[in-house]
Amino acid sequence: MESHADLIAADDVLLFVNAAITATGQREFHAGAGAQRLSLGFLHEYLRVNYRELYAATLALGCNDHNAALIIQALLVHADEAAPAERRTEGALIARRLLTLPPQRVYRLFGQLRRAKVNNRRTRAIIRDWLAARPEPAFDAVKYRSGLKAALRHTHLAPTEAELGDFLFAPKRRAHYDAPLLDAWRRAHYEQPALYELPFTVAEGFAAKHGIARGAFLERIAPRLTRLEQLRLQESARAHGAQAPAADLARMPLTRLASYTLALPTAERRERRAELTAALRAAAVRAAGPLRGRWGTVAAVLDDSFSSYGSGTKRRRPLAVALAAHHLLAELAQRYTAHWTSGRTDALLAHPLGPTPLGHRVLDALETSPDLVVIVSDGWDNAPPGLAAEVLRVHRTRLDPGHRTSVVHLNPVYDAEDFDVRRLAPGVPTAGLRDAEDLPALVELAQFAQGRTGLAELRAHLDARVAAFLSQETR
Amino acid sequence: MTTPDLSTPDLSTPDLTTPDLSTLDLTGLATRPAQSWGAVRLVPLVREQPITDLRLHRRLYPSDGGPSVVRLDDRSTYTSYIPHGFVADWTRDGTAAAAYGTQLDVAEHPRSVPLQPRGQHRMARREDRTRLRFLPLHLALEGYLALHFNGPVIAWREWSQRAIRQGLSPRAEEAYFGGEVSGLADALRIFEIHPGQCGVLLYVADALAAAFVVPHPEDYRALHPSLLHDLYGELVHHYTALMLPLPAFRASIPGPGIRTLAQLRAAAEQQEREWAEFHDTTMAAGLLADEHTVSTVYRMGRFTLNRFLPGFQLKRENHLGETITDEHGRLAYLKTFRLSENQTRRGHLLSRLAAHDWHLARTAEALGVTEAVLGLRLESAGFGRLLRQDVLDGFRKQVRAGSGPTASRPV
Repeated sequence: MESHADLIAADDVLLFVNAAITATGQREFHAGAGAQRLSLGFLHEYLRVNYRELYAATLALGCNDHNAALIIQALLVHADEAAPAERRTEGALIARRLLTLPPQRVYRLFGQLRRAKVNNRRTRAIIRDWLAARPEPAFDAVKYRSGLKAALRHTHLAPTEAELGDFLFAPKRRAHYDAPLLDAWRRAHYEQPALYELPFTVAEGFAAKHGIARGAFLERIAPRLTRLEQLRLQESARAHGAQAPAADLARMPLTRLASYTLALPTAERRERRAELTAALRAAAVRAAGPLRGRWGTVAAVLDDSFSSYGSGTKRRRPLAVALAAHHLLAELAQRYTAHWTSGRTDALLAHPLGPTPLGHRVLDALETSPDLVVIVSDGWDNAPPGLAAEVLRVHRTRLDPGHRTSVVHLNPVYDAEDFDVRRLAPGVPTAGLRDAEDLPALVELAQFAQGRTGLAELRAHLDARVAAFLSQETR
Repeated sequence: MTTPDLSTPDLSTPDLTTPDLSTLDLTGLATRPAQSWGAVRLVPLVREQPITDLRLHRRLYPSDGGPSVVRLDDRSTYTSYIPHGFVADWTRDGTAAAAYGTQLDVAEHPRSVPLQPRGQHRMARREDRTRLRFLPLHLALEGYLALHFNGPVIAWREWSQRAIRQGLSPRAEEAYFGGEVSGLADALRIFEIHPGQCGVLLYVADALAAAFVVPHPEDYRALHPSLLHDLYGELVHHYTALMLPLPAFRASIPGPGIRTLAQLRAAAEQQEREWAEFHDTTMAAGLLADEHTVSTVYRMGRFTLNRFLPGFQLKRENHLGETITDEHGRLAYLKTFRLSENQTRRGHLLSRLAAHDWHLARTAEALGVTEAVLGLRLESAGFGRLLRQDVLDGFRKQVRAGSGPTASRPV
């Protein structure tokens, strides 16, 4: 028999998981960055104080990098609240999650721990282990110089090599470094060709110092670009007339690729239709993996209303997620139909415009008698308001009492006011969605959460996820 | 905050030469579901068939924060904060017109006309054979400010020398700048413009605050942010500051009787129709059902630029505004301003006085009050200086002596 408190706990945790997947503390269409941060800050504190164990376990649940860093920071700052038994799991979870975080985020997190004056034995051990696991200390010393320096200074750790210590703390002591990367950094101060041996972000600063034209710089630095830098700088390099090799779009992650596509002007999208569609399809096939073609008849309702523009800081993010989901669902399903809220049919030319008549589109989707309806929307149904909820309710109670069609709502936007993603209807499971790649897992999770989940069940699920997460190979 | 006032006397007749009673005709404009944010509710109006031979364009008047001066005639001026003017372009043969500044051939017309020196503005000014520049809302407000501006038509002995010589001048009214209306900026920013949308009705705490209609959807898209630069009545400001967020009019479909998807779809469409009907007959009734006094300002091809004044009925919605109508009287352009209770009262008093040739006793009789009460009411409406001081003092004495329950009876 489940107690009332247990049900509340389960609800709270599911709510937090939605928030931790979607919220990034940045401005959204309806709320400013301040409101987002305030709301998220409260949620983190609430979870940490009340359900510390479950709070730590969400690190295993695919929460986004921003929230992972916040969780780790909160756990380390309030280390004394943890029971001795919890510490071991917590430490393992933190160490494991740090390995999947991008290094710049980890160094920023270390900086924040330093500012919060957290320097307990556990924190030092965690930083030490993470630094020891970095594959190339010299690369970190060059690319994340200030971050590494601050981390070493904070924890009083000795650098692994003597040369590295000099490089970070007394760079002028040596006239020459043995490690080629360190020496390139030394030479780049006065020798232009040396800067092309450095990582892009570091070389960029030296290029500005030497007054190198942007076009020429981008062309020569091209081989040193990371995959995402390549994608990000494609259009900029072209505008500066650099003859850099085009990024291999097919290798890019699906949602990033969708963002890139939507940033292109319509005329160019039309011109490069074959190339972009092929790349999106290839990325979707990769994301679908073994599930490809296993989902039966699927109808998607995709939101391309004006609010899918997101904000200046998250430009077209909700629309990009919808576009990525469109391609992914097309691969997962045997038969697939897409229904954009604007009524347009050409997904590649999607553009955030117009109101959100979700109710009418849901009706269109239901008319194809699908096994599964996936709604990707920020949940602001306004033409007319609340019609989608009514349509779904009446459909469930009157037309489909046997649950032949299941409906899932995936929401890419965190609603700061409700501390959750905005829901469409009480009977429809809603899950937060950050990257379209997570869609298969979320749809399954949402369907599982359709019945009221008890705490024991949730705990078991979390324990399984934690065990799987900890035993995973890194990357 | 804006303070339009007329600072020099005007003894010519106000521009109400051909007053004409009529109601607004929203034929061709369909109501779509409202979107609300905080206390603000925006109801989009969609045109099935956009008007192409009349286009509107905004011209910004960058100001240094101070008021602009508009010359009405040789002796009177209108002073207010004026952020922008509208430019109307039309064609005489019914072919598509282009909004000013978007034509390819702009060599002979500079893209932006430098701001005229102070005092050179006009309310409506022909700039070309088929181009008119006018100051939106100020055109209508000026009509309200100039209402019986000349003062008493017969020099009854109660009126002061100043009233006889200068009339109501200077006449001043206050309004709020849209940027100061809390929540309006956010409501406009997150509003999702419908395809084909040509207008919007702005409700604050479900009281109709302003209406705005343009000929073409692209004009609307360009002019949507201009709503933030407009003037709003006192009521709008108070309601947004005091009101809690409004609930949306959520659709609700009764479950019983629905057996197929087609029936469900029909029920959903029924919802939209019901909303449009409810809105047009209930929410917007104050603007659409009441009769207005219309006067023509300018004729441009088959279109006419008019301004209209409300009937100044107390305890009712009173909207003044301006319209551009075609030869059938259908709206191509509409912009309204809601008068506050005090402004309505002032308009009411002035129009009642004018109807009785400014004779105090007869007006008082028509309003069902004593002369003294009417005198004090004039004073509290801000027209005290029109009455002679000794007459006003006499009225005060009479009322204080207790001329009975009439003193407190509302009109």
